[in-house]
Amino acid sequence: MSQNLGKIRSPLDMEPLAIEVHDVESASRSRSARNDLILICVFSAVVLASPWLLAPFGAAYPDLLQRFCIFGIFAIGFNIMFGLTGYLSFGHAAFLGIGSYAAVWSFKLLTMNVIPAVMFGVLCAGLFSALIGYVCLRRAGIYFSILTLAFAQMSYNLAYSVLTPITNGETGLQLTLNDSRVLDAASGIDPTSSLPVTNLFGMKMSGYPGFYLCAIVLIISFYISIRIFRSPFGMMLRGIKTNQNRMSYTGINTRPYLLAAFVVSGMYAGLAGSLMAVTDPLAGAERMQWTASGEVVLMTILGGAGTLLGPVLGAGVIKYFENIFSSFNAQTLHSAFSFLPDGLAEFMVTITHPFVGEGWHLTLGVLFMLIVIFLPGGLMEGAQRIGNMFSGSGGKSEAESPAEQTKPAE
Amino acid sequence: MSLFDDNVSRRGILKTGLVGAAVATAPFHFVRGAGAADYLNMPKGKSVIFGFNVPQTGAYADEGADELRAYKLAVQHINGEGDGGMLNTFTSKALKGNGVNGKKVEFVTGDTQTKSDAARASAKRMIEKDGAIMITGGSSSGVAIAVQGLCQEAGVIFMAGLTHSNDTTGKDKKANGFRHFFNTEMSGAALAPVLEKAFGTDRTAYHLTADYTWGWSQEGSIKKYTEKLGWNTASAVRTPLGAGDFSQYITPVLNSGADVLVLNHYGKDMVNSLTQAVQFGLRDKQVNGKDFAIVVPLYSRLMAQGAGKNVQGIFGSTNWHWSLQDEGSKAFVKSFGQAYGFPPSQAAHTCYVQAILYADACQRAGSFAPCDVGKALEGFKFDGMGNGATEYRAADHQCFKDVLVVKGKENPTTKFDVLEVVEVTPRAQVEYPPELLGGQLGSCNNGA
Repeated sequence: MSQNLGKIRSPLDMEPLAIEVHDVESASRSRSARNDLILICVFSAVVLASPWLLAPFGAAYPDLLQRFCIFGIFAIGFNIMFGLTGYLSFGHAAFLGIGSYAAVWSFKLLTMNVIPAVMFGVLCAGLFSALIGYVCLRRAGIYFSILTLAFAQMSYNLAYSVLTPITNGETGLQLTLNDSRVLDAASGIDPTSSLPVTNLFGMKMSGYPGFYLCAIVLIISFYISIRIFRSPFGMMLRGIKTNQNRMSYTGINTRPYLLAAFVVSGMYAGLAGSLMAVTDPLAGAERMQWTASGEVVLMTILGGAGTLLGPVLGAGVIKYFENIFSSFNAQTLHSAFSFLPDGLAEFMVTITHPFVGEGWHLTLGVLFMLIVIFLPGGLMEGAQRIGNMFSGSGGKSEAESPAEQTKPAE
Repeated sequence: MSLFDDNVSRRGILKTGLVGAAVATAPFHFVRGAGAADYLNMPKGKSVIFGFNVPQTGAYADEGADELRAYKLAVQHINGEGDGGMLNTFTSKALKGNGVNGKKVEFVTGDTQTKSDAARASAKRMIEKDGAIMITGGSSSGVAIAVQGLCQEAGVIFMAGLTHSNDTTGKDKKANGFRHFFNTEMSGAALAPVLEKAFGTDRTAYHLTADYTWGWSQEGSIKKYTEKLGWNTASAVRTPLGAGDFSQYITPVLNSGADVLVLNHYGKDMVNSLTQAVQFGLRDKQVNGKDFAIVVPLYSRLMAQGAGKNVQGIFGSTNWHWSLQDEGSKAFVKSFGQAYGFPPSQAAHTCYVQAILYADACQRAGSFAPCDVGKALEGFKFDGMGNGATEYRAADHQCFKDVLVVKGKENPTTKFDVLEVVEVTPRAQVEYPPELLGGQLGSCNNGA
């Protein structure tokens, strides 16, 4: 039986509930650990090879690859809160923004090395999320969402105008030539006539090296997220999602668990924010706007909330649309349809034009609608179904169960 | 999935890891290979790529659309298509209508969404993926400053589009960035004498200001010059960019004792705030025994058209207006009108001129290397581009030229004929020393 169970569990369906593992013998447990190892290896290989894998899609340039990784981290963190506990935070972009501002200030005041910047960004975001989480987690459901949204909008407005001396308002916080950078100055790095660039012990952090830093951080974040999913702590969080009342009746105080999950996911957002500042040392207030918070919700649901890989996939799809689809103009369409006869090509361009360029939101909206209606479990459910189609009917009934357990967005 | 089922050994995982590591380090070879070029995105084929980064959505979308039309026209003229427009009146004759340095000009476009992040992402895509040699455009100073910083770091030239804040060529100026448009300091210097003539020296002003770098800069300059005249400033209120409804900001104006309302707004914001101010009856009021007046320091034909009748008699300044009668303006209006059926806006004009100036500088330098092009632009004096004699000042990469003070026309003859030129303030009157606005250019960056 256990042999059979291991066989059908593909490395993609990471949903197997810990409860399952609980009552199966230890051999199965080690098998599950091995599947995780395979998953992380495959994931790492795919992420590190993405400059080649994504080249045919026109997405293999450093800035977009960095964005894939950064928003992947953001979505993984968000999924720890939303996917595991079912608490929908609508203000996660605030932590992203705080991470960015903290990192840029570290560049301005301390050093252009990225390590202190990232640490400082994660720390600040963690502190803020503890503060905001402590207040917001007194309520559940829609009230929690609204509270987090309110806090995020408050942070946005503070950053946009009230705190202008710290955030430089709408223009965004930027490096200048006469920043102090005390550590760099102390270690004898000459202030040059041009702006310094972010570095990791001398290695420039823009372009491909920047991408590989983000990729490695993404892989580590992904690994930590697997560990959280598999841990007793993760099981507690799932318990909260399934039935918080019953958890309380058994004498468990759920709030510390929720707060811990909220802080962890806030720190993930801070990490993503500080990496944004590492690859491009500028922090703008619009990073904290509610649309940015909504975006990460979309990413998670699009990919599949509560799954391990889903959020990363969702982040990739949305960023791809935002950066590549939005750049298609009539000219590109004409050359794409040039193989058709003239009249037909003209017709195709007219039909498709509203969906590309500035209309990329429209395409994304349609895609999102289709996915929520037909694949409530997100892209991961789609992958699951395709996987089942190929693996034949034998394992179908059992392999389907993980997809079933994936709940649609609440 | 059978691939991963059984037989996964430690050795297998080690192998996967090794392959992964080999794959991971490969791009560094790429990067090193790219270092062979003299500068970033050096054009190798028969064409050179310009990046047009304009707002296609948001509060400045109208300006962005017009900018893109102008860029397309400029590319046609540089490549020798169409009637040549201002190339015929431009005093530099380096461009021959066969592209630049023998290469045909192509372009890529992007949407800035009037957000710094989005604008930088889109500019990065053009530089890293499409291989753009120069980025130009933008209709907001916040965006212009953000993208200018990016271009400086990346090592390409940035030719600013419509950006009016002092900071673009003041405290945030960069060696790789150049601006043809005028700034708020010049607006203030040009407007003040006209305001004095029209409204006297005993006035109290109330500012409504778009809450970002341009708004702050505009507010500061107008305050500086009107207070020199002897005006008082009752209050200066910041409004969020793209607010839509300004009624809550306009109501307090009536009780503030101010008799002049200064609207430091642009684009759709200005259309909304001005329309609402007029609807609230501000212009029919008498305060302190004087007629209440409204001033819009930065005017554009697109906005004036949007606000309709409400702009009649309202003063402001502008970089260029299509009704100017010099040869350059006439040539530009003619070819723009033939292509699109209506006259160009000032945003279109400055973007068209920037594209031509860049191409011309490359041709004169005989190279696309940012540092060479920068040298060709610095201190460059030209005429025939619609603003009279103009100079790209080397010290801050700002163009100096005459400034137009305009007024909403009382009896417009067509729907485009909404502004009339009140005064052309000569360059000498609006010029200031480069140290006044602070900032450092730094050194130019060739990328690679």
